Amino acid sequence: MVQPVLSIKSLVVEIPTRKGVLRPVDRVSYDIFPGEILGIVGESGAGKSMTGNAVIGLLERPAHIVSGDILLSGNPIHNLSASEFRKIRGKKIGMIFQDPLTSLNPLLTVGEQLVETIIEHLAVSKKQAQERAIAALEEVGIPAARERIGSYPHQFSGGMRQRVVIALALCAEPDLVIADEPTTALDVSVQAQIIALLKRLCRERGVGVMLVTHDMGVIAEAADRVAVMYAGRLAELGAVRDVLSDPKHPYTYGLMGSTPLASRGLKRLNQIPGSMPRLGALPEGCAFSPRCEFAQEVCKTGSSPFIANVDAQAACWFPLPHTKSRSSK
Amino acid sequence: MLAYVLRRIFQSLIVLLAVGFVAFAMFSFVGDPVDNMLGQERTQADIDRLREQLGLDQPFIVQYWRFLEQAAQGNFGLSYRQGRPVSEIIAERLPATIELAFVSGFLAFVGGVGLGVFTAIRRHGVLPSFIMTASLIGVSLPTFLIGILLIYIFSVEFGWLPSFGRGEVVDLGGWTTGFLTASGLKALILPAITLGLYQMTLIMRLVRTEMLEVLRMDYIRFARARGLTEKTINFRHALKNTLVPVITITGLQLGSIIAFAIITETVFQWPGVGLLFINAVQFVDIPVMAAYLMMISVMFVGINLIVDILYFAIDPRLRIERSVGGH
Repeated sequence: MVQPVLSIKSLVVEIPTRKGVLRPVDRVSYDIFPGEILGIVGESGAGKSMTGNAVIGLLERPAHIVSGDILLSGNPIHNLSASEFRKIRGKKIGMIFQDPLTSLNPLLTVGEQLVETIIEHLAVSKKQAQERAIAALEEVGIPAARERIGSYPHQFSGGMRQRVVIALALCAEPDLVIADEPTTALDVSVQAQIIALLKRLCRERGVGVMLVTHDMGVIAEAADRVAVMYAGRLAELGAVRDVLSDPKHPYTYGLMGSTPLASRGLKRLNQIPGSMPRLGALPEGCAFSPRCEFAQEVCKTGSSPFIANVDAQAACWFPLPHTKSRSSK
Repeated sequence: MLAYVLRRIFQSLIVLLAVGFVAFAMFSFVGDPVDNMLGQERTQADIDRLREQLGLDQPFIVQYWRFLEQAAQGNFGLSYRQGRPVSEIIAERLPATIELAFVSGFLAFVGGVGLGVFTAIRRHGVLPSFIMTASLIGVSLPTFLIGILLIYIFSVEFGWLPSFGRGEVVDLGGWTTGFLTASGLKALILPAITLGLYQMTLIMRLVRTEMLEVLRMDYIRFARARGLTEKTINFRHALKNTLVPVITITGLQLGSIIAFAIITETVFQWPGVGLLFINAVQFVDIPVMAAYLMMISVMFVGINLIVDILYFAIDPRLRIERSVGGH
């Protein structure tokens, strides 16, 4: 069996506050394999980005990892010292941020930013780094890369800048890329290009990609597998086709119902009643139970379901049967 | 770029004319120089004659015009008190002020940026907190009090440093410098600290605030995510972005260092143009006052111009948009 690039095991991140301890990430486990795109989807505050930040070691204090393991190609990385972790960042794990307009330093040329990253991680001369930088820009589809390497970020359009960001994240040839909402700040037409680029690079290089987004459309387009998060917990995890066509968790089912589809016509979109609970006020049992139309007594009082202990695609005591059987709903 | 600079120079000239006009208008209210110039036993005829000689019987617009006419040719007239050309007196005094301003400006910038970056990077330590608290003193104590305190501590109590004057100076063909003698350098220390302390704390607090702001930016997080060292992030990515607004303020502060030098020079009896101006005010020595004010405003306007041009050097966004836009 292929070893996963990233393996997260029962990860818990906590934020101590005056009103008590919050758990933005609660017992989350999943693997990402080489050449695979794992989509992480969920509402704002569901813990998607927090998981990504924990993996790359950029949790902002006072958030910290309490328990669980993060293995990068089989090696634990969650207990590395700050300076050891720094050497992994960029080299083994690349990260793509949401807003390409603000994630590039405006006072340095894109070439300078690429070269400094390459020199930091690879044993190459400045001249070789320069050549590699040009190659990296060409690879992400920037025309006339050799001329444009001396340009400043503001001389590129938004989509081109996101390409530069991707080149920066990939220039030291990492095994894993965390893409945190990489298309949210872009035009729809540019979004598709960036997704296609990510997919191509992922396939060609065998990089594992953690694609964090709240956009089901992006997941459907790009991801191989999807992890649905709710209130810091993993609600559902499975192949995209299975999860989208046959959701097992009522939350995923609700999410699918609230996504506009051309095939549905002009019918009103379904809503999930209520809103995601604040982390300080999580209900007993299953975090989704107050909003769940299928909730039973055990959901509201018993222990919380996790994918590990219910041993299924969904963290639910009563996973939904096949879609057809409840199409009357 | 050239058009921009030319336009700015033209604007600067208008500012200078306005400053000169206002300053000159005020001088007609500060007192009568003739009172001081003539002794006790003067007659009305003496007074009238002197007035006519000096052109003081003319309306001030005419006086101002004459002043401009002469000033354009580099002639600021004779000092009423010393009877020597004003330009000569100022040229004699200017090196003292410039050296003092340069040294304290340098101290303020280096110390301010250094401490600002330090307190921004180490936000929670004991030393940074102490520096931040101490900087409040620097901001709130008036300059003359700092000067007197320093004199009390280092000159009176310990006797380490001189309390007044410039020490020995070396004349380098019209430019007298205190840099080349031990006593000159020693005499420079206290006034330079006095003059620069306020600016230093100001720059330090500004740099700290800006730096903290910049460190929260996405590109700093992205730089971290790329595994760059803290040193690279702090000094290559953050500091450069911090300096853009800091340079404006620092440039303008350089002007006020020269202007504030009046107080420091008075406290330390530093033989510069500030002291010259204060003495000129006491004796209503209009030519000296006018020349001093014009000099200070030329300096302020010039510094402003330089700061604007520096922007182009630091921030590529301005540079390119200007040249592309063809303004």
